Amino acid sequence: MSTSALRALARPIVDDNPVTMQVLGICSALAVTRRLDTALLMSVSVICVLTLSNVSISLLRNHLPRSIRLIVQITVIATLVTVVDQLLRAFAWELSRQLSVFVGLIVTNCIVLGRGDSFAMFHGARASALDGLGNGLGYALVLVLVASVRELLGSGSLLGVPVLVPRDAGGWYEPAALLLLPPSAFFLIGGLVWAVRSWKTQQVEAAEPVPEAAAPEPVR
Amino acid sequence: MAEMIRAMGGEGQARREPGPLHTLLVALAVCGTCAAVVTASVVVLRPYQVANRQWDREMQVRALVAGLPGISDLVTEAGDARPDTRVVELATGAYATDVTAEQLLATSEDERESVRLPRERDLAGIGSRPRFAPVYVLEREGAVHTVILPVSGQGYLATMRGYLALAGDGGTIRGITFTEHGETPGLGAEIENPVWQRLWRGKRLRDEDGNVRVRVVRDAPSGPDAVHQVQGISGATKTGDGVSNLVRFWVGPDGFGPYLERLREGGAQ
Repeated sequence: MSTSALRALARPIVDDNPVTMQVLGICSALAVTRRLDTALLMSVSVICVLTLSNVSISLLRNHLPRSIRLIVQITVIATLVTVVDQLLRAFAWELSRQLSVFVGLIVTNCIVLGRGDSFAMFHGARASALDGLGNGLGYALVLVLVASVRELLGSGSLLGVPVLVPRDAGGWYEPAALLLLPPSAFFLIGGLVWAVRSWKTQQVEAAEPVPEAAAPEPVR
Repeated sequence: MAEMIRAMGGEGQARREPGPLHTLLVALAVCGTCAAVVTASVVVLRPYQVANRQWDREMQVRALVAGLPGISDLVTEAGDARPDTRVVELATGAYATDVTAEQLLATSEDERESVRLPRERDLAGIGSRPRFAPVYVLEREGAVHTVILPVSGQGYLATMRGYLALAGDGGTIRGITFTEHGETPGLGAEIENPVWQRLWRGKRLRDEDGNVRVRVVRDAPSGPDAVHQVQGISGATKTGDGVSNLVRFWVGPDGFGPYLERLREGGAQ
């Protein structure tokens, strides 16, 4: 793989991470990160959907009338998500039950449509595949990090294997139950965004210009 | 996001917009291809999914049985409290003679002979009910100790399926469990939570006059009706209503009502 291809793949993992930099895909990142196994399966699903949708959209891009491009992209994405969902139900039954509606909701994951419409519409299939894979891996990295912390500190285990044995199972560890609740993922993702931006200061957005305080027009 | 906006204003604008016929053809081609892909995946993967669901159901029945209060008394010398599977003809409430449990369980729910339900009687929102349904019966000293009934009904977004365990008198709930649902994780999906499921234990289905009174309520059960009421899950009112309707339908006249009637009289034959 050439250096430029490698760079295209690596860029969305840290420098332009869809979750920490663009703050997309937060909803599912909160919902499926209670346990590491669900987060991994969700990551794999999103990587597959994102890569394949980017490739499909890229191949279609020269035949796509602008007037219907978004709906065609969504149709392609929804098809891929349905197929992935069906595959999971057939071959990963238990975990797909845990993921429940969140596999179907990949359709509404802004990362997928965002990469399709902003990248794959203007680039060839190969570059689009790399972009999809890179962004998928970027999303996966955040999911895995958040899920590892939540499962380790919330249940004392990793992938279901006890690491810090909780007190009610005869160990010493008092599980932090807060980490099992969805808001904890907000704190962790927020902390991650802060950490990444302290490390890579160029990611810090310019402060929004404060609009001058004008007296509101009286409503008639 | 800024990148997206820049990109949209860039190269895309320069392209010539094709005519309506071209647009229509692209739309048709995309729809056709996508429909074919989805259909193929559903058809090819269906047997695996059916097998998964059946395995899952069996596990759930066993888990439900194992979790019932007082079940340890039922463990015989054989070392197992496995329920006996029988087939009930719902309309009469009698055990079917011409359909065996093996035959019935070999088919999926969609393939079973069913009867359409008029809308006003379709409390659980299931459209039609099967003619025959399996029940799982646990006996002790010749008397029915527990019956486990498969139940289903419309939840907030999808059909919920599960099992309802009743005492041998056909009127007291011993347990409830859900094998399939599409409720919101963290809210409606809490119907899977054993703590919530335990709230159903000991609830009475009917009042003295035989009216079905059991239901999910918003507040903590209180007053004379408390014995029929189960506290709902905060933020999941629709799910609670769905579970209420599901239980009420399946113990009612179009569900297992006639069968439970026979149990009450002590002679489900």
